[in-house]
Amino acid sequence: MRTAGVLIAIGLALALQTTLARFVVGGTTAIDLVLVTVVYIALTSGPVSGMLAGSLAGLIQDQLSTGVPGIGGLAKSVVGFVVGAIGQQFIITAALPRLVTFIAATAAYQVIFMGLYVVLGLRSFPSPWKAIATQALGNALVGMVAFTIIEAFPGVMERRRIGRRSRH
Amino acid sequence: MAVVVGHILLITTQVNTRRGVPVLEALTFGVFAEVQRATTGGLGSARDVWQNYFALQQTRQENQQLRTEVAQLRVGLQQERALAEQSRMLQKLLDMKTETPLKTTAAYVIAGGASPDFRTATIDKGTSDGLKPDMAVISPAGVVGRIILPTSRAAKIQLLIDRDAAAGAVTERGRAQGVVVGTGTSLRLDHVTGTADIKVGDRVVTSGIEGIYPKGFEIGQIESIERRSGDFSAVIIRPTVEFSSIEAVLVVLTPPVTQLSAPAADGRSGDGAR
Repeated sequence: MRTAGVLIAIGLALALQTTLARFVVGGTTAIDLVLVTVVYIALTSGPVSGMLAGSLAGLIQDQLSTGVPGIGGLAKSVVGFVVGAIGQQFIITAALPRLVTFIAATAAYQVIFMGLYVVLGLRSFPSPWKAIATQALGNALVGMVAFTIIEAFPGVMERRRIGRRSRH
Repeated sequence: MAVVVGHILLITTQVNTRRGVPVLEALTFGVFAEVQRATTGGLGSARDVWQNYFALQQTRQENQQLRTEVAQLRVGLQQERALAEQSRMLQKLLDMKTETPLKTTAAYVIAGGASPDFRTATIDKGTSDGLKPDMAVISPAGVVGRIILPTSRAAKIQLLIDRDAAAGAVTERGRAQGVVVGTGTSLRLDHVTGTADIKVGDRVVTSGIEGIYPKGFEIGQIESIERRSGDFSAVIIRPTVEFSSIEAVLVVLTPPVTQLSAPAADGRSGDGAR
C-alpha cells in the first residue's frame, strides 16, 4: 500500500513537473517537484523509503532529461537517505525545521549533482549560487504548502463528516 | 346631547352656504373628500410600494441574469482572445513556413523537461513525421533548439538555453563569429576574438557552421559585454524566443549541410551539444 502510494506520488510529481516546467523553463525559478516529493517521502517514511524513492525518481528524471543517467538518481538517493535518517533522529514536525530541511536538502542535492558533473568534467556551473538559493526557497515553499495540505486533509474530511451528521 | 346634535343637523340641512350649497352636504362632501383623498393617497402609496417592491425583485433577478450574462461574455471574450492569439501564432508559423525555403513541419509543445537542471521540451511529432536527431527547431521569434530523441509519435528537444546546448553564431552588424552556449536561463556568446566589433544591442543570428541550425535565424540580442585584458570575458545574449511560453514550433526537415557532405556515424550527436 505504502509502495503504491510512493509510486503514485513520484508519478504525479513527474507529471506536474513536466507540465509546469514549461511555464518556468525560461525563468530563474526552477522548482524541482520530484525532489520535494522525495524529501516528503523520506520525512514521513524513513531513510530506506527515502533512498529508494530518490533513486527511482532520480533515475526516471535522468532518463527523461538530457543528463547522464545515474547522477540525478545518486544525488536524490543520498538526499532521500540522509533526510530520512535525520527525520528519524529529530522531531521535524514544526514549520521552521521543515523549511530548513527542504532548503538544506535542495542545497545538498545541488551540491552533489553539480559536484558530480564538475568532477566528471561533463559540465561547468559558473556562479550557480543564485540558482541554488532560488530553487531551495522555491522547493521549501512548495514543500511547506504540500505538508500543510496533506496534513490538513484528514481533519477537513472529518469536520465535514461531523457537520453532515449533525445536520441530519 | 343627542337632541342638540339632532337639531343642529336639522338646521344645517336647511341652511345653505354662501355658494348656495347646503351646509350639511358641503360638510359631508368636504369630510368625505378628505377621506377619499387620504384613502386614495394611501392606496396609491401602497400600490407604489408594492409595485416598486416587485419591480425591485424583478430588477434583482434581471441584475443577476445580467451578471451571469456578463460573466459568460467575459469567458467567451477570453476564449475568443485565446483563439485569436492562437490564430496569430499559427499565422506567423504559416508565414514562416511559406517564406522559408527549408522544408519544415509544425509541431506543438506538449510537455517541458522532467528536471529543472536540463532545459528540454517534448513536441507532438516524431519519426513517423520524418523527424530525426539533430534537426533544428525554430519559431517565428528565432531558434528554439534541436531534436535529441525522436520516438514514433513524439520528440524531445534540447532548448538552446540548456547548459549543454550550443550553436554557431554571428553578429548581424559586425559579422563577429562566435559560439552561443546556454547558461540554463539565458545565452552566452563564447569564442569571440578580442578584436571583434560587437556592442550592446547587436543582433546575433545563426552562422550555420555547426551544420544543425539553418544560417541567418535570429538567436537574440547582446545584452551586456564584459572585457578582461583585451578579450571578451562574458558576452550575454538575451534570447528572442520566450522559452517559458513556446506553444508551437517548426522542425526543419531539410538535412543539415555538413551531414550531407559528411554523414555522422550514428546521427545522434551533432556539434550542437557540447
